Amino acid sequence: MVRDTWLIFRRDLALSLRNPAWIMLGIMQPLLYLVLFGPLMEKVVSSTPGFPPGSSWTILTPALIVQLALFSASFAGFSLLTDYRNGVLERLRVTPASRTGLLLGKVGNNAVQTVAQAVLITVLAYLVFGLDAPVGGVLLSLVIVALTAVTLASASYAVALTIRNEQAFPALLNAVLMPVLLLSGILLPITSILAPGWLYTLSRINPFTHVVDAERASFRGDFTFGGLFSGAMILVVMAVLAVWWGARTFQRENA
Amino acid sequence: MIEARGLARRFTARGRNVEAVRGVDIDVAAGELVGFLGPNGAGKTTTLRMLTTLLKPTAGEATVGGCDLRTDPLGVRKRIGYVAQGGGTAPECRIAEELELQGRLYGLSRAAARRRGAELIERLDLAGLDQRLTKTLSGGQRRRLDIALSLIHSPGLIFFDEPTTGLDPQSRANLWDHIRRLRTEQGATVFLTTHYLDEADALCDRILVIDNGGIVAEGTPDSLKATVSGDGVTIDVPAGRAAEAAEIAGRLAGAHEVTAVDSTVRFRVPRGDTALPELVRALDAGGIAMTAMQVHRPTLDDVFLTLTGRSLRDAEAGAPAGRAEMTAQV
Repeated sequence: MVRDTWLIFRRDLALSLRNPAWIMLGIMQPLLYLVLFGPLMEKVVSSTPGFPPGSSWTILTPALIVQLALFSASFAGFSLLTDYRNGVLERLRVTPASRTGLLLGKVGNNAVQTVAQAVLITVLAYLVFGLDAPVGGVLLSLVIVALTAVTLASASYAVALTIRNEQAFPALLNAVLMPVLLLSGILLPITSILAPGWLYTLSRINPFTHVVDAERASFRGDFTFGGLFSGAMILVVMAVLAVWWGARTFQRENA
Repeated sequence: MIEARGLARRFTARGRNVEAVRGVDIDVAAGELVGFLGPNGAGKTTTLRMLTTLLKPTAGEATVGGCDLRTDPLGVRKRIGYVAQGGGTAPECRIAEELELQGRLYGLSRAAARRRGAELIERLDLAGLDQRLTKTLSGGQRRRLDIALSLIHSPGLIFFDEPTTGLDPQSRANLWDHIRRLRTEQGATVFLTTHYLDEADALCDRILVIDNGGIVAEGTPDSLKATVSGDGVTIDVPAGRAAEAAEIAGRLAGAHEVTAVDSTVRFRVPRGDTALPELVRALDAGGIAMTAMQVHRPTLDDVFLTLTGRSLRDAEAGAPAGRAEMTAQV
């Protein structure tokens, strides 16, 4: 399985690198938020009570990285549908290759791509906007982003393979991702002081809120139990469940 | 190489059960080239997908390449090659890359996979194309690449699903050569599905005819065509003379199934080519001027009509809707 994972990972990576334009397009959205929305936040953050600690850039940059993972990894299933239509998936499934290996190789490539994009965003925020974050915290945040990408890509493959419809898939994703995005407080943190009670409660139910919180905590160097624990735990549980779901879908006889 | 008993597959779609394959028995000996013939929607692809481990049978047993389909699908996969109907290449991949990946997924080392890939590129007339993206290949080239991919691990048994659908006549003849050579050069067993009688005729030692999920006939191409007794002859005569012409035609040695509709007369004779001169003379003597005539050798349509009482086109019109298969051009 490890060997098959590696082979598929290498192939997918080589294919992604053949069209680097897509990787750049993938970071356009968070990049635009960083450049065109970030500067607005500076004064708002310093003059409004209720924001988490840290400067506006240490609040926004880690959140944009989660947004990046949310969107780029969630659409991973789309490429699987293309493989399915081209018969590539079936061809691979007739070989003795491990089906879990096929999934993990793909997921690995999605994670690496997302991390590379996250690095680009962080470096840009550091160079252009003077983001001030500890190296250890940034590295930890990349681990969080990688796990988020693994979770979302696995789930995305499972969903794509279940519905097998290139029209319905992006529509479904958008319907799910928009509320998840808004409720995780990526653009403006949803804190108990800023938000009305019901909205705060809703956002707490959204697991990605906790991921964003953990990402922010690691960016400001807060490695305490309270800052990181719930987000990290929730993320690990989600990742395990999503990979299990994806592997099960890949192993199903007529997937 | 293949031994299947009562292989069946039921699909459930919107609460309705569809019996795609209803208990087929298949025996293919080593070195045979066997064709699976039938209209679209008959269950050919479903059967093939079961035999290649892509789909679990809902009933029945099978051993493929010596391995049990249910208990050892991995063993089956290691021993077979499969060329799917629509192919299986990624458009943005280079030919050499696809072959190398395929070889490595079958457990070859990188060097061995490359060596084997280069060998197959030569063998399947793809020389010089190894660095091309597969999306730039012609239909025939891509199909040959699909074959090369299925041969990377030198399997003893190769499955083809509609190998020449959508190819031009030249690529088609070329592909037939490659399929024949699999047997003559490496002693492989080949199992293919087709809905072209000429393809089954040109390639196969033996044909299984499938309709509506079951095998309705089995035999050599010649024995199957013999079930359609003789060539079909169609003649056009001036209006009002059809009945007379039909009577004259009916007097030809061995003529049968004579029908006259409007000004067209149809019948069958054992040998159309030898019957025609006689018919022309007889009609001439009767003062009937024929306006057109046609002789056709038995086709899949005829075989199918004889076996099932339906024409192939009717069968396809009645096939389950929504199948991603191409319309037959018989």
